[in-house]
Amino acid sequence: MSTSITITVTPRVQYLLRVADTCLIHAQRLAEWCGHGPVLEEDIALTNMALDLIGQARMLLTHAGGLDGNAFDEDQLAFLRDERCFFNLTLVEQPMRRSSAHSPGGDFADTVLRNFLVAVWLGLLWQRLAASSDGELAAIAAKALKEARYHREHASGWVQRLGDGTEASAARMRAALERAWPYTSEMFARDAVDEAAEATGLGPARDALQACWQREVDAVLADAGLAQPAPTPFVSTGTLGRHSEHMGFILAEMQVLQRTHPGGRW
Amino acid sequence: MSDAKDEWPLWEVFVRPKAGLDHKHCGSLHAADAAMAVQLAREVYTRRQEGTSVWVVRSSDIVASDPGDKAMLFDPMEDKVYRHPSFYELPESVNHM
Repeated sequence: MSTSITITVTPRVQYLLRVADTCLIHAQRLAEWCGHGPVLEEDIALTNMALDLIGQARMLLTHAGGLDGNAFDEDQLAFLRDERCFFNLTLVEQPMRRSSAHSPGGDFADTVLRNFLVAVWLGLLWQRLAASSDGELAAIAAKALKEARYHREHASGWVQRLGDGTEASAARMRAALERAWPYTSEMFARDAVDEAAEATGLGPARDALQACWQREVDAVLADAGLAQPAPTPFVSTGTLGRHSEHMGFILAEMQVLQRTHPGGRW
Repeated sequence: MSDAKDEWPLWEVFVRPKAGLDHKHCGSLHAADAAMAVQLAREVYTRRQEGTSVWVVRSSDIVASDPGDKAMLFDPMEDKVYRHPSFYELPESVNHM
């Protein structure tokens, strides 16, 4: 018996999964800090944010499961889908706390920076999705928007503190920015899935978020004394289901229990 | 214990459970400055919907009575029961006094 599920990927389902999976995988990375935060209070903050994101992912996965026609539930979609059927931004699957063969990881600067870049992006997306032609998606977005605003506030505070802190903290923030920046192009790529969503009023095309994102990010980086790295031609492809080498490992850790004991409950 | 100058200062946290009630002291936390203290207070002390408002104050800014003075300050009140408004008959209609 194969435990993997196969979903029918329509543009609508893929659009929803891009958001859902970005929240889910970002949360999984943030949750790696649980018990390892630099101070107790920040440890709690990081896991609180991870839980907000998991809540958002759950609602979106449930909604996407309803549209798919196979009636998969949130757990099946999270734990039994194969890598190629995940459509998150490649940025959020990159190692963050723990280092791996091709990525240093382990620097709190990567965490606060990524948290900030993603929170601004999600905030702008939720804002627009709150006016979606899909009523359920609009309701999910309205709830998530408040959470994203707080995440942005929290993360931008850290970016400013560390960027405008000591020479050492600024150098770490610059290095984190260099690492994360090439993955930001994918946040604003545009393809047939975006166009279908735009045409049906489901939600914005990603490129429509770019100007506002740039403005918000610029303002915080300027306050932090950080310069935006030069753009690169590289565009990552997680939103197309083609992931970096880190995705398999994070899924293995996230999915192992349900794949070993399908349907297991605790 | 590590050197005090490597530690973030301590803040006392007061949470108002709902509009109309007083802020109550609920604990303390470490934070680099006031803005961070408010944020972290929200994370640490209101994650189960305990509050609608948060106050924080630097623990070092609180002036406290000396525990050694407890007997001098508070014991003399022990036998002054007449300071309680308990010798009045309250009309039935006045509840919760």
